[in-house]
Amino acid sequence: MTEPRLELTASPHLKARDSTPRIMWSVVVSLLPVIAAAIYYFGPSALIVLAAATLGAVLTERAFGSPGSLWDGSAVITGLLLGLTLPPGLPAWMCFLGGAFGVGFGKLVFGGLGQNLFNPALLGRAFLQASFPAALTTWTTWPSEQANWWALRGDNLALPFVTPQVDVVSSATPLGLMKFEATSTELWPLMIGNINGSLGETAGLVILAGGVYLAARNHLNWRIPVSILATVALFAGLLHGLDGARYPGPLFMLFSGGLMIGAVYMATDMVTSPVTNKGAWVFGIGIGLLVVAIRIWGGLPEGVMYAILFMNALVPFINRATQPKVFGRGRVAAESEAPA
Amino acid sequence: MPFRLSFRHGVHPPDSKRLTADVAVRRMPFPAELALPLRQHGGKPAQLLARVGDRVERGDKLAEADGFVSVPIHASAAGTVTDVGWWPHPDGSQARTVRIAVERFSPQVPRPRIIPRWEGLTPQQVVEAVQRAGVVGLGGAAFPTHVKLLPPEGTEVHTLVVNGAECEPYLTTDHRTMVEFPDRVHFGIRVMMHALGVDRAVIGVEKNKPDAIEILRDSAPDDLDISVEGLTVKYPQGYEKMLIKALLDLEVPSGKLPIHLGVVVQNVGSLACIAEVFQTGLPLIERIVTVSGPGVRRPSNLIVPVGTKLRDVLEYCDGVTDDASEIIFGGPMMGSPQPDLDAPIIKGTTGVIVLTERESKPKRSYPCIRCGRCLDACPMFLNPSLLGQLAQAARYDEMETAALADCMLCGACSYVCPSNIPLAQMFALSKAALQRQRTRVA
Repeated sequence: MTEPRLELTASPHLKARDSTPRIMWSVVVSLLPVIAAAIYYFGPSALIVLAAATLGAVLTERAFGSPGSLWDGSAVITGLLLGLTLPPGLPAWMCFLGGAFGVGFGKLVFGGLGQNLFNPALLGRAFLQASFPAALTTWTTWPSEQANWWALRGDNLALPFVTPQVDVVSSATPLGLMKFEATSTELWPLMIGNINGSLGETAGLVILAGGVYLAARNHLNWRIPVSILATVALFAGLLHGLDGARYPGPLFMLFSGGLMIGAVYMATDMVTSPVTNKGAWVFGIGIGLLVVAIRIWGGLPEGVMYAILFMNALVPFINRATQPKVFGRGRVAAESEAPA
Repeated sequence: MPFRLSFRHGVHPPDSKRLTADVAVRRMPFPAELALPLRQHGGKPAQLLARVGDRVERGDKLAEADGFVSVPIHASAAGTVTDVGWWPHPDGSQARTVRIAVERFSPQVPRPRIIPRWEGLTPQQVVEAVQRAGVVGLGGAAFPTHVKLLPPEGTEVHTLVVNGAECEPYLTTDHRTMVEFPDRVHFGIRVMMHALGVDRAVIGVEKNKPDAIEILRDSAPDDLDISVEGLTVKYPQGYEKMLIKALLDLEVPSGKLPIHLGVVVQNVGSLACIAEVFQTGLPLIERIVTVSGPGVRRPSNLIVPVGTKLRDVLEYCDGVTDDASEIIFGGPMMGSPQPDLDAPIIKGTTGVIVLTERESKPKRSYPCIRCGRCLDACPMFLNPSLLGQLAQAARYDEMETAALADCMLCGACSYVCPSNIPLAQMFALSKAALQRQRTRVA
């Protein structure tokens, strides 16, 4: 018998097939239909916004991330998700800056993948919202009113630090209409996406399908989107039942604004959501309550971003409070939080 | 009851048992040389009796039990003691080992011996007979069996739980024991029930062994209360605490043994071995070993004399494939890799698994992304994600607060981790570090 060259590795010697890059890239794959919908509705502008945001994220990861970390796919996700939360007419340089900020200050300064407290894409968007409030709230009118699919939906190609030339007809999003003009939008357009809004705000059903695909592959914790959406539906339904004239119905709340993409793609970011399943319910319910509260009583038309960022900040506490009960013991006091 | 016949959490590795599930057990010929370490069981190593040059028959005692938590070692073939010294041990270290040059033309008949009659024996005498025969748990842990037969004062045993789960992939050792020697298993149960004074025995077998369940049910003696239950196929179903949870819906308290709940767990192989002690008078000198895995040419279930070298076992199975790269004693989830082909099969060796480059190739580790899969996998409901981060920061005391002691190193967390973080390995090292800290303080 020939003597084999013997390896010595630690047990277990079997490994489940899933891996972190695989999870990340499957999120990217599940985003493709959402991206396709954005391009269908917003034409080349969508492509420019997505490409610029992704480029900003990826180049920052390449420049400042640990060697090879680009291939784990997380920077691409950050870029794409950020792009999907932006209005179609946003200048490309702003998108790029948002992507760079999201990855750089949202993730890398914390120590890279797995270490960040806040969702990097949402942090990038929050940064843009604070820096360029006007540009971030300029919504191009729904494209069917525009003659040419090829036309840009805004001054995408504006040079950095130049005031963008807004020469397209702009109008408010359904939530803005609801909030500031007390006008309601019909439901069906909301679901399939021919409305005003950010790139990924528009096609609720497509996003939902992506979420189902990821949940089926165990690449997202289904408890988070389910609890967010259920909470929003119940809370909004309750208010609607109290005063139907003042408060919009639950379906409108579910399919308007960034709720779908927030619930399915942003809140479910594994790094910034609770590690326990019980925590996932708490997290989701918290987000749902905050979304409705901000939308209805807050000064902003949309509250998904702040709701998620706020709950992100609470994740360490949620984790601590929802430690599993050890087999054959009571709950173990988790006195220590994970070291940074 | 929602989780009857199973436990919560756990993982589902492919069981890979088809390679040997239907291969009948064959007796392997005696090798030219045996290597019998004095340390083959939990507790104290045996005390050497044999001297170089001694002529021994098959079944003669080579080393005596050192105290209560220890068992003797017997010669597994007739021959001459050639050496007593350091030799590669399956745990990766060197251990004091008796080597025997096996007589080539010996009929290998054991000396005439007294076969103890179990009916007339008091529990104490059964315990002594079992210890004299060197019986240990054959499920892998190799804890002296007789120790479990003496419940501490004040505890009453009500149920004998028989472990036929065999949840480790590849292994079919217990499976073949149940299918081929059901009467021995039942006889062992009878002796055990007598010694423990219990009137109920429950056999737990994972449902992927329907033939074993059927045969055990059909052959169960009418005068005993023995039930056979099919368990959900899930790793680590064969771990004592999980088995008791599945069969009796009882949770063994942390830091306690099953006996505190009035339960004694025995592996089917150990019971078959006890049956042999009371049927033939032979001590534990051979055991059934599954030789399997993608890297072995002829996967088999073998009766192997204890002390047979790994090299001889593999040779008898037509050797290993060209891409074989790692050999594991035990199952692939908890087994230990072998650095040396001279390491012997010992009493606790359930299997020899040969993996190829495809399985043993190291995979790149990524940072923890807090996906929480390890929490869903851990059968003890620990937080491996947190424990792993604490281990990396060498914060062992905090790991203790986070119930590291309850971790049994089953490896379910490492198995599911998408970032390939070697959690189980880190926990094993942390446990050792804590142990060192404690001894230094004391």
